[in-house]
Amino acid sequence: MATKLLIEAIHDTLAEEMRRDERVILMGEDVGVRGGVFRVSAGLIEEFGENRIIDTPLAESAIVGAAIGASLNGFLPIAEIQFFDFIHSAMNQIMNEAAKIRYRSNGDFHCPIVIRTPYGGGVHGALYHSQSLESAFTREPGLKVVAPIFPDDAAGLLRSAIHDEDPVLFLEHKKAYRLIRDEMPENGHVVPIGKARIVKSGTDATIISYGMMLHESLAAAKAIEERGGGSIEVIDLRTLRPLDTETILESVMKTGKVLIVHEANRVGGVGAEVAAIIAEEAFAWLDAPVMRIGGPEVPAMPFSKPLESAYLPNQQTIGAALERLSAF
Amino acid sequence: MTSITSGSVGVKSREDNSGRLSTEQLRQMYELMALARGLDERMWLLNRAGQAAFVISVQGHEAAQAGAGFALQPGKDFLLPYYRDLALSLHFGLTARDVMLSLLGKKGDPTSGGRQMPAHYSSSKLKIITGSSPVATQLPHAVGIALAAKLRGEDTVAITSTGEGSTSQGDFHEALNFAAVKKLPVIFFIENNGWAISVPLAKQMGVAHVSERAKGYGMAGVTVDGTDPVAVHDTVREAADRARRGEGPTLIEAMVYRFTAHSSDDDDRSYRPLGEPQELRAHDPNVRFRARLIEQGVLSEDDAKKIEAQVKAQVDDATDFAEKAPYPDASELMLHVYGS
Amino acid sequence: MSSTRAQSGTQVQLPKLGESVTEGTIGAWLKQVGDRVEKYDPLVEITTDKVNAEVPSPLSGILIEITAQEGETLPVGAGLCLIDESGAAGDAVEAVEVEQQEATLAETASEMPAATAPPNVPERNARPTGPNGAMDLLRTRSSPAVRRIAEEHGIDITQIQGSGIGGRVTKSDILQFVDGQRTAVPPATPTISAPVIPTPPPPVQQPVAPPPRPTTIAEPPTPHTQVEVYDGDTIVPLTTMRRQIAEHMVRSERTAPHVTTWMEVDMSRVVQARTRAKERFAHDEGFDLTYLPYVIKAVVHALHEHPYVNAVWDETRIIRRKAINIGVAVGLEDGLIVPVIRNADEKSIAGIARAARDLTAKARENRLTIDDVRGGTFTVNNPGTFGTILSTPLIVQPQSAILSTEAIVKRPVVIDDSIAIRSMMNLSLSIDHRVLDGLTAARFLSEVKRWLERFDPESSLY
Repeated sequence: MATKLLIEAIHDTLAEEMRRDERVILMGEDVGVRGGVFRVSAGLIEEFGENRIIDTPLAESAIVGAAIGASLNGFLPIAEIQFFDFIHSAMNQIMNEAAKIRYRSNGDFHCPIVIRTPYGGGVHGALYHSQSLESAFTREPGLKVVAPIFPDDAAGLLRSAIHDEDPVLFLEHKKAYRLIRDEMPENGHVVPIGKARIVKSGTDATIISYGMMLHESLAAAKAIEERGGGSIEVIDLRTLRPLDTETILESVMKTGKVLIVHEANRVGGVGAEVAAIIAEEAFAWLDAPVMRIGGPEVPAMPFSKPLESAYLPNQQTIGAALERLSAF
Repeated sequence: MTSITSGSVGVKSREDNSGRLSTEQLRQMYELMALARGLDERMWLLNRAGQAAFVISVQGHEAAQAGAGFALQPGKDFLLPYYRDLALSLHFGLTARDVMLSLLGKKGDPTSGGRQMPAHYSSSKLKIITGSSPVATQLPHAVGIALAAKLRGEDTVAITSTGEGSTSQGDFHEALNFAAVKKLPVIFFIENNGWAISVPLAKQMGVAHVSERAKGYGMAGVTVDGTDPVAVHDTVREAADRARRGEGPTLIEAMVYRFTAHSSDDDDRSYRPLGEPQELRAHDPNVRFRARLIEQGVLSEDDAKKIEAQVKAQVDDATDFAEKAPYPDASELMLHVYGS
Repeated sequence: MSSTRAQSGTQVQLPKLGESVTEGTIGAWLKQVGDRVEKYDPLVEITTDKVNAEVPSPLSGILIEITAQEGETLPVGAGLCLIDESGAAGDAVEAVEVEQQEATLAETASEMPAATAPPNVPERNARPTGPNGAMDLLRTRSSPAVRRIAEEHGIDITQIQGSGIGGRVTKSDILQFVDGQRTAVPPATPTISAPVIPTPPPPVQQPVAPPPRPTTIAEPPTPHTQVEVYDGDTIVPLTTMRRQIAEHMVRSERTAPHVTTWMEVDMSRVVQARTRAKERFAHDEGFDLTYLPYVIKAVVHALHEHPYVNAVWDETRIIRRKAINIGVAVGLEDGLIVPVIRNADEKSIAGIARAARDLTAKARENRLTIDDVRGGTFTVNNPGTFGTILSTPLIVQPQSAILSTEAIVKRPVVIDDSIAIRSMMNLSLSIDHRVLDGLTAARFLSEVKRWLERFDPESSLY
């Protein structure tokens, strides 16, 4: 079976879908001639031309707004926001427009756009190239938010996102672009939006995670098992809105102990919603309080190496939390 | 001519290729302006009677909108309106009944099923694009619509209108820049009535006219007397032709009057110079156009009265219809969040 | 007043009485303060949830102080008494001193000796752990999962030693309790900073039962509705064994849906075999050969053929046991105990007979050890010796089945359309219907029957 890097899976899926459906266009800063600052769209303008791979002016609100407009007139636009950190300018268009178009028109209109953007830190990106803002969007009905970390999931979810009739925020962890390599199934496979994946089965505790922290969690879980510390189940959420509550609750009912890990701020993060759901719907099965690990209460990730490391959860801190959870 | 049952004011005849309005079109223009005014006045009445929660008015803008509407091709071109665009929306195909259903938040309201406040004109069938309340967000949408048309090689035009206050928003500038550099078939139609709620023009911008900004973005810009529907028609027609030739966008600033307060939630006596609304009403564009048409022999006094009577009948019918219409069921609340 | 104290003695601690034992209840003291004690003399009786045992003295000397009172439940390692090895203080213990000691005992009756504290406990533990403290709540009510399991099985959480933080009962603790087994889990290092726990755990692992009154043994701490006493009635206090049997039976009945199946077995050949062999056996072995070893051997064989019977329900899975350890129910004066013949499949009929006899003797003489009574995977009961012909036995947890052998009765039966007199015995098999069902029960039972009915009377017992 072929293996691909995360960035290759995304690039190849973009190309495949653009070949399959001429309504698919990509627009954003530097996506054309430059092939994207991370080279996600390298070579695409050569194949599809500047009418389908569009270098836009430097204006996030207009990029999303124009994508919305094009989606209302027959296209399936993929808008790229160069860094998640820059999406704030487009919040109005995303929240007040894209997310609400179907509902406010009573189903008369819908907005089938995809907004792709690189997120996450650990790449010395400092405050404005490392942000994880998922929970600002996962609270918005009308939006869908996905954050695959494995190449096969990225391909499958991108395909689903492009063909979804509603706006999908597609998050790509920039550190994982060239770090995560994995086997790819045959071309054309689809991963449905709204389904988590149990990446590792276990019986004594559950870790719920996504993004780079999923990998750190897997490593921590395996290390604990090797030490004889119990078998840990690890769930990759993959979709952050809508959450796969069924998979989450089934696992909690099995193990009774939960640790939620994400890079984004712990306070008000996606984990807070997951924890609340677990407490509401699986209370009787809990053998310990739900634990969460997330980014600290500082405005953003610093640049200097030791500061950045202090910010990020890692295999060791996750492992320590697992020990405490197991001993509870 | 209009018919009471369908209540639509559509374009029944096309102008000739010279772009000049035919007499029939002139009559229809007046009809449109009268219907918009008649509906608007009825809405205020219902609001003061406690039956309509919110009204935001077209009064003083009808002429400019009628002029612009008749320069375009409803059914082919796209309209991205703002909340004062009652006349433009009627011209693009919304009916009096539609408008009243929306006013009262009734089931069957085609613009939003009672979900949006009134005056959020919308219909995919009529190519009136759904909009929101934060201003100027529709301008980048117009850019996208025009982009799509251009990519497909169509000669469709997207017209988007908004007030002069909205031209301070970032989206206005981003949209103009985008449209200009990509040479997109967009008409940015600014209905400048001098007031952004209570903020007068002098506090809103450093330029004397919004149209001056066009130069800054590398596109055509023009200011026109918005009280003269024919002048507006000619200006918009020129912009539409330019757009269809692939020569890019135009910024049109139509100078209009705002006869009422900003909305039914505003009392403009607290900020407007004393007597200004009355002063403006003395120069009512609807009245002037009526007189002009009679003077030019396009309409007789009788014709005009007949039109006005028909408008009243239409307004009464629409009011009655909407008052009797059911409300949406509470069970509809959760519908149309996602398609799947 | 006393100006000189007797030399303080060496503390004798409660030893670990079995693999899974973590605590014991103090029974009768067999030596009193002032007595001379030789090494290995039994000092005091201890009751655990498995067996009663006596603590032998680890040294010789004079018993100078008893620190653990009859009726108290203490963890392994707790101090029991002090023995002065010097021996000189023999009669010199002053009455005053004894008084002082008693006064001290009264003061310290609710304290626990520091020796039970886990070694790496942090110093900051100043928070009160009174009735409303979070730690107390955790200990007595634990988590939702634990409370749910407790309710399902009718268990009082306070009965269970917890291995979680602050001594709370964890889900795995209570599940193991339900199984009737509790493994010793090292107490968790209480350096926890889990955000929702406001109070750090206390320094000492407190046993959860409230201190029992010294005069009665083993009063159940849970409230219960009292049955009205009529004139002339006698109140019989519960022995530990009776209480534990009661708990076990209730638990077994409540958790496992019991279904009993019966079969008739023609034991004529076995009877023949035994008649032939019994004199020689009694002479060689020194005890009587009964029918029980034959039945046990049949059961072992059938378990080999139907290993799914040698299994147990565990909430989310079934555990199939590898070893075949046959529990043999032994009736005692005041109760019942089930010692286990380990690896019965490795034994001949004679070997089984020997093992059964040894265990029975130990049971009757109260000499069973913890390891004698744990690990059973199937139980055989023989009420038939008392004359019963049918029974509905209760499964000994954690197992899935129990077989009762009834009386062997000569009865007329039809064989090949003629009437013959045969030695017939009924077998009563109760199964846990979560693990087994009618079909599997019948299959198993018929395998036992077939083995017994085909027994070759000439075959060797060895």
